[in-house]
Amino acid sequence: MTSAIVIGCYLAMLLGLGLFSSRLFSGSGKDFQLAGHSIGPVMLLMSLFGTTMTAFALIGSTGEAWQSGIGVYGKLASASGIVHSLCFFLIGVKVWKLGHKYGYSTQIEFFRDRLESRHVGLVLFPILVAMVIVYILAGVMGAGTVVHVFTSGAFPSLFAGNPAVPPSVGAIPEHWGALVICCVVLVYVFFGGMRGTAWANTFQTIAFMVLGVLTFFVIAKGLGKGSMVENMAAASAAVKAKWTTRTGVSQSEFLTYMLIPLSVGMFPHLFQHWLTAKSANSFKLSVVAHPIFIMLVWLPCVMLGIWATTDIAISVVKPLARLSHDVASDQNKVLPMLVKGLSGDVLGGFLAAGVLAAIMSSLDSQFLCVGTMFTNDIANPYFAGGKMTDKQTVFWTRSFVILVVAVTYGISLLNPRGVFSLGIWCFSGFSSLFPLIFAALYWKKLTKAGAYACILAASGTWAWLFWSAMKWAGEGKGRSLSDYLIHLPIGGQEYELMPVTGMILASTIAMIVVSLVSKPLSDATIEKFFPANS
Amino acid sequence: MLLIILHQDIWLWDNATLVGGIIPIGLFFHACISLAAGVIWFMATIYAWPVEDAAEAATHQPGKGGDA
Repeated sequence: MTSAIVIGCYLAMLLGLGLFSSRLFSGSGKDFQLAGHSIGPVMLLMSLFGTTMTAFALIGSTGEAWQSGIGVYGKLASASGIVHSLCFFLIGVKVWKLGHKYGYSTQIEFFRDRLESRHVGLVLFPILVAMVIVYILAGVMGAGTVVHVFTSGAFPSLFAGNPAVPPSVGAIPEHWGALVICCVVLVYVFFGGMRGTAWANTFQTIAFMVLGVLTFFVIAKGLGKGSMVENMAAASAAVKAKWTTRTGVSQSEFLTYMLIPLSVGMFPHLFQHWLTAKSANSFKLSVVAHPIFIMLVWLPCVMLGIWATTDIAISVVKPLARLSHDVASDQNKVLPMLVKGLSGDVLGGFLAAGVLAAIMSSLDSQFLCVGTMFTNDIANPYFAGGKMTDKQTVFWTRSFVILVVAVTYGISLLNPRGVFSLGIWCFSGFSSLFPLIFAALYWKKLTKAGAYACILAASGTWAWLFWSAMKWAGEGKGRSLSDYLIHLPIGGQEYELMPVTGMILASTIAMIVVSLVSKPLSDATIEKFFPANS
Repeated sequence: MLLIILHQDIWLWDNATLVGGIIPIGLFFHACISLAAGVIWFMATIYAWPVEDAAEAATHQPGKGGDA
């Protein structure tokens, strides 16, 4: 019950913060969607970092380390440290500059202008929204799991649960937990808009980083009867070599995993966050600190994940013994079980709030982003003739945010596959469109037809590979969608590649070939985006 | 580029040594890569910042769709 009260208080504080930030709201559409371009370096760092760190980063990384070992850090964390900052540096700053100059709020507004194509949004919009919704789903489902595990035993008279699975007795069911989190995020996004989101992100990023580090030390201390360092050394010594090396990962797979973080260049919610910056210099802190912040979050999570495989951890956290490496969704339960099992009720509640903070700091941006895209890319150009007033802009953005939350929550009730698997495929889809944003900013010869070819090739290869992965996963027990690889035979040797490699290759080739043989854009557009004096 | 090459640390692939008796060496090496990335990006913001003219960017014009 204590944990539930702490979580409840945390959520109430967030609601208060969102409502307070709404008092600064000027009433304009730009203020609601972009916080009036007022975000400085610290809040921008916290917003970008909080937005990129999700259930995937905390629960997924711990779970994947428990499943496969330390390789997950190199695959995603250190790779992201390099590639994310590269995207902020090469894409973010340039996007901010163009967005500030020409008044863009969404990616599609930029692409319409850059490609001289009024209707590119009709192709791009459903693809981006579908992938963001998959991304949101991962967060919603992760939030439900966290609330369920941390409220175990709190409400025995309300939620009988399944007596055969003791933690479920008295616990808020996952679908109710997810609903509460969705509602809290919805309220502060609805009232606070981008300013409320940025404030909440800053608050939540600080919360999950501080509480995350605290979690690590509390769990390390609880693993044995010795000092914390002695416990950590004993747990590490007990980890089998499979988890302390990368023997289960091929080098070609590891290399091509580096393409996944390119997704950051095409995330529509990050695009929107970039445009909130007060100045180009606001990006500098994010570019430098982002890799270090990633390390601070991921390193403890990966260590916890490999420790959870040991008999030492299982002896002090008994429910870990029930988890199976053959059940894809079990890996999402590792971190919540460790925290629940090795901390007191009060601290457990705070730590649960920290995990929820990480999840909600992504959900808010994604909700707002999809609402903004619906309003600016569909409703305004196609139903309001491009003449939407500020009041209408705010109204429609809020309405679409509610719709997206409702639809996503409805899908989450169908309980699709594990958080990590969903995340990888979602990120791969965004990465496959990276060539488009890069070419739009740096390649004068990109044409409208080339851009369409890129989008169609990316979505076509994604759909084909995802279908193949579904088929492959269904053929064997314990197979996860994220484990699916392309097998490329070269010179008698077979190389394993991440599916994203095929997607990026296809989209890049299609874009270049079609651009070179199709009608170039007008000189006016080229001069607009590539001024001769720059 | 150097970071990307170092990131593919094939020389530590099967090495289960624990640094300080706690952190697997492969994980420790990649944590160092994260720190090195911070340092290199810090240098990039000083010597290669991509915005030449901040004043130009501050010129705000209303957005409009394509005209094709």
